[in-house]
Amino acid sequence: MTNLDITPDPALEGHYNLRLYVAGQTPKSLAAISNLKQICEEHLAGMYTIEVIDLLTRPQLAAGDQILAVPTLVRRLPPPIKRIIGDLSDSERVLVGLDIRSGEPPS
Amino acid sequence: MTDLSAVGATEKHQLTKALTGIQGLDDITEGGLPAGRPTLLCGAAGCGKTLFAMTFLVNGAAQFGEAGVFMSFEERADDLAENVASLGYDLDTLVADKKLVIDHVRIEPSEIEVSGDYDFEPIFVRLGYAIDQVGAKRVVLDTIEALFSGFTDQTVLRAELRRLFGWLKDRGVTAIITGERGDGQLTRYGIEEYVSDCVILLDNRVHDQVTTRRLRIVKYRGASHGTNEYPFLIDARGVSVMPITSARLQHKISSEVVPTGVPDLDRMLALGGFYRGSSILLSGLAGTGKSTFSAWFANAACERGEKCLYFAFEESPDQIVRNMRSAGIDLKKHIDSGRLRFDSARPSLYGLEMHLTRMHRDIETFKPSAVIVDPISAFRGVQSEIHATLLRLADICKERGITAFFTSLSLASDHANEADRGVSSLMDTWISLTDIEVSGERNRVMFVLKSRGMSHSNQMREYRLTGAGIKLSEPYVGPDGVLTGAARQVQEARERGETLARAQTAERRQRELDRRRATTERQIAELRAALEAEEREVAMLATQESGRESALEADRIAMAAKRGAAE
Repeated sequence: MTNLDITPDPALEGHYNLRLYVAGQTPKSLAAISNLKQICEEHLAGMYTIEVIDLLTRPQLAAGDQILAVPTLVRRLPPPIKRIIGDLSDSERVLVGLDIRSGEPPS
Repeated sequence: MTDLSAVGATEKHQLTKALTGIQGLDDITEGGLPAGRPTLLCGAAGCGKTLFAMTFLVNGAAQFGEAGVFMSFEERADDLAENVASLGYDLDTLVADKKLVIDHVRIEPSEIEVSGDYDFEPIFVRLGYAIDQVGAKRVVLDTIEALFSGFTDQTVLRAELRRLFGWLKDRGVTAIITGERGDGQLTRYGIEEYVSDCVILLDNRVHDQVTTRRLRIVKYRGASHGTNEYPFLIDARGVSVMPITSARLQHKISSEVVPTGVPDLDRMLALGGFYRGSSILLSGLAGTGKSTFSAWFANAACERGEKCLYFAFEESPDQIVRNMRSAGIDLKKHIDSGRLRFDSARPSLYGLEMHLTRMHRDIETFKPSAVIVDPISAFRGVQSEIHATLLRLADICKERGITAFFTSLSLASDHANEADRGVSSLMDTWISLTDIEVSGERNRVMFVLKSRGMSHSNQMREYRLTGAGIKLSEPYVGPDGVLTGAARQVQEARERGETLARAQTAERRQRELDRRRATTERQIAELRAALEAEEREVAMLATQESGRESALEADRIAMAAKRGAAE
């Protein structure tokens, strides 16, 4: 079951624009990056982009994007914006947080 | 709870302090907050934590050239700027001038999904970035405890807070961390255990429907500080704290005398006025001219070129000016010249302590040489509190060598009612105004109850409030006490009559005496005349006798001659 009538443009439909905020190459940051990649490959293959932002190099974004904790994963698209904090080790919660139904057959 | 090793260490390093620029607080803390360290500012909702903290930053930027960062976990930057605009703070300009950074940290518990480990490094990043932007020396975190509502993992949060406060110290910024008052502890989440250098507690108590804000320094590691609760005030002129007022009685005293403004009253006091820096109580019934005396005193001070601050609790300045014009005093010109300032407020506007704080602030800024409080009886509250308030006010004035003139409305006819008795010990001079009701009229009478350090008239004197000033009549003390008004005039007329009568009696007796003297003298003269007449007669007889003798002798000789010739 796909919701064809939600987004009129099929090219963007279901595309996930994700942004991961980290602060330096800490073990938590690295864990978050690898966990995220793994989850996306498993559930969103071919329909996601990940942007990793290191707040140590771009500190102004911490205030601008209202980041409180790291790592923070922000789902910028599709709307609404969702935030998940932590190293994403609990993939169930990440899927819930990103609103991806687990076990959904790829369409 | 200062351990000795800490004291030793700080003495060695000479604890540096950062001035807050908040009037009074710098006195209590003897120089401000511990520089380069975090201070916890805690209190219940609405007791002014945010304004207090913002004042610290604004003063730092405006007065001490220290830029600041305000990290708000509650209010948005716009709201914050709007809220403190009422204190006269222009945050937008400070931000534009790169003297202040405001960072609002938005916490939306509903948006936060947690998966795995995390830390609060972005707070550090944001803070560090903001500090670097303006080279901040002062930081406020308001209220960092809000994090606890958004994040349930307290272990992480507490570890991070500990790290944050350590990090602030390492950065060498003077920080204020605000915290909401919790049950049984200073803050709701017990963050005081991480911020232990200086803890200031704000309190907002309601008593008799009047709130009073109070401040207490719970602890200040490595430095002495005032330990009492001090009232503080937040109004259009910012935050001010009422500092410790010396209970040490070590005022510098002056033997200079200032006139009372009423020349006749000056003459009742041995030195011709009040000592400068003394406290004067003028108590009296309604309508005895307390305000008029005050106004003359103010007028005299201004005429000497000194500054006078007039706290009016019953009348507006305009009303006083108008009313005093009829008493022959032009206060307007003194107001215009800036020597006289009125400060009117209804007593119920604030609590006692707030009034005191406000008066203290005004005295500090205006620096008058004379202060008038008209009247102190307008204060309502627990007697002991009123007493304490007045004591502190009197001390504030004494410390600064300000002559303080208090009026007090006596309710009953007895001059020593409870309120007056309470404050009388604070006062150096006490003048009582009263009125005496005799034969259908009321007459105003005054007397000096006491005047420390100088002798004074013990008489009750009648006085009149005339367009040309307050005039005292010469004392008349009759058998029934002081006579006043018409009775006095009657008495004086009667006395004049008696004097006249006495004079007439004396005159009459004089005349009688004169007459009797005349009579007596006439009688003496008559007797003397009779005597003289007799003497003359006797003398005449003697002459006639001797004439006859000599004639006989001549005859005898003639006869003898005749006979001899014949013989």
